[in-house]
Amino acid sequence: MEMDLLQRFEAYVASEKKIEPKDWMPDAYRKTLVRQISQHAHSEIVGMLPEGNWISRAPSLKRKAILMAKVQDEAGHGLYLYSACETLGVERDDLFRDLHIGKAKYSSIFNYPTLNWADIGAVGWLVDGAAIMNQVPLCKCSYGPYARAMVRVCKEESFHQRQGFQIMMTLAQGTEAQKAMAQDALNRWWWPSIMMFGPPDDNSPNSAQSMAWNIKRFSNDELRQKFIDLTVPQAELIGLTIPDADLQWNEDTGHYEHGPIDWEEFNNVIAGHGPCNKERLAARNKAWDDGAWVREAAAAHAEKRAQRKASEESAAA
Amino acid sequence: MSPRFEYLLRLGDDALILGQQLGFWTGHGPVLEEDIALTNIGLDQIGQSRAWLSMAGKEEGQGRDEDRLAFHRDQHEFRNALLTERPNGHFGDTIARQFLFDAYAVPLHDALSRSRDPEIAAIAKKCAKESAYHLKHSRGWMVRLGDGTEESHGKIQQSLNGLLPYVGDLFVSDASSQTAQEEGWGVDLATLRPQWESNLESALTESGLERPKATPEQLGGRLGRHTEQLSFLLAEMQVLPRTHPEAKW
Repeated sequence: MEMDLLQRFEAYVASEKKIEPKDWMPDAYRKTLVRQISQHAHSEIVGMLPEGNWISRAPSLKRKAILMAKVQDEAGHGLYLYSACETLGVERDDLFRDLHIGKAKYSSIFNYPTLNWADIGAVGWLVDGAAIMNQVPLCKCSYGPYARAMVRVCKEESFHQRQGFQIMMTLAQGTEAQKAMAQDALNRWWWPSIMMFGPPDDNSPNSAQSMAWNIKRFSNDELRQKFIDLTVPQAELIGLTIPDADLQWNEDTGHYEHGPIDWEEFNNVIAGHGPCNKERLAARNKAWDDGAWVREAAAAHAEKRAQRKASEESAAA
Repeated sequence: MSPRFEYLLRLGDDALILGQQLGFWTGHGPVLEEDIALTNIGLDQIGQSRAWLSMAGKEEGQGRDEDRLAFHRDQHEFRNALLTERPNGHFGDTIARQFLFDAYAVPLHDALSRSRDPEIAAIAKKCAKESAYHLKHSRGWMVRLGDGTEESHGKIQQSLNGLLPYVGDLFVSDASSQTAQEEGWGVDLATLRPQWESNLESALTESGLERPKATPEQLGGRLGRHTEQLSFLLAEMQVLPRTHPEAKW
């Protein structure tokens, strides 16, 4: 029976049809999706912290407004993604708890600090740019609620990517101090950004099954290459230098070749030893703990209101 | 300083300082929905400040645009009401500050949308839609926190008690405010007080909160005499344009 269901599920997915919340699905498929979607949601929420860091110091009112709108979009993405996750039978508060105790992962990139204004440009251009590469294929993912959430997320992310590039371009054409900010930000964000595509294909434990289930469409290395090929000419266009001495164009393959990636750094950050892991988790925990009395008040008020309404109705009856 | 420039600066500075303060909640709210709401309200305030400050700059005629006014004035040149610069504190402090302001902003924008000056009327109409939503949000939380638990009731009552002495600036009637009324392009801000009172009283009734015994009002924002908090807020907000005065962003 189970075997029959599994075969039908696999044939259904293979025919590019969408799985919906009430459809039968293998436990491992459900678990993979909960892990991936919740990690994605957590990344949106934790990602608000390094960017929110510059809202108070945005250098013009227009930039401040754009940055607030952008970070607000990220909160919105978190909300859709937690909702998509809830369709798989988990609660948002439980997912938060896993994040707060350090059990759940989020994108490691947000464990790097935003040190100057150009970092806001670099995060939009590189980090959102890399995220789009990863996320556009998810719009065709086999799980319907996730695929649909990703359509909206990707539209907004592509706007974010353009505004990030625009900040970098403005700085790169600005004063010497502004050019130095832009280059410094690129130097610090380049390698972490290309690590965002995950470990190389020969060392990516979850990839094969996700490919078979149409959750994942392209390999980590394929997406990384695509990102590098697209981004290097953009850096050249605005006169910034990619911090990779080994980077070179290969005529034969039609791709850029890059130098070795420091996977030890990647693994260290994932293991909790990046520059800001502790600060990010502490900030999330503080917001959650400081907000406990507010959430309790809202729940108590809702209950009292329901009781008052019920007693009014019974008095009227 | 012309009465009109003065008046527009007050409108712009109130919105700017509130927007700057609300921006600190992004990523730090008690629930995700409130991260979105507070950032969104902050964003509206920044949008409003840009409209008023741009107009103020044109009125002044010295070539100062919204950014010149926001980033290159010192604290004594700011004209925001003292209420707007009170610290964020906890969620209840921010909500109470916002509620006391929104209860004034709704009748303000309503009155200004009937201004004889079509530009003021147009900006105010846009602001009116936003402030109606802001009041709905902040009033909703006053009620939730006032009615919620013993702890939340105590906290929001304290927030209210601490902030009420700072509302006086909102209703200062001086040459600028009176000229606005006489010439028909604005409203004498003192005339908004009864509507503010009625917004406050209805929220107090619904939330079970009490109006504390009146204490002497703290005034000065409209004259550029501020609290200690403002200079820190401006130092942070203005750091980049002040450090790189020749740069464009």
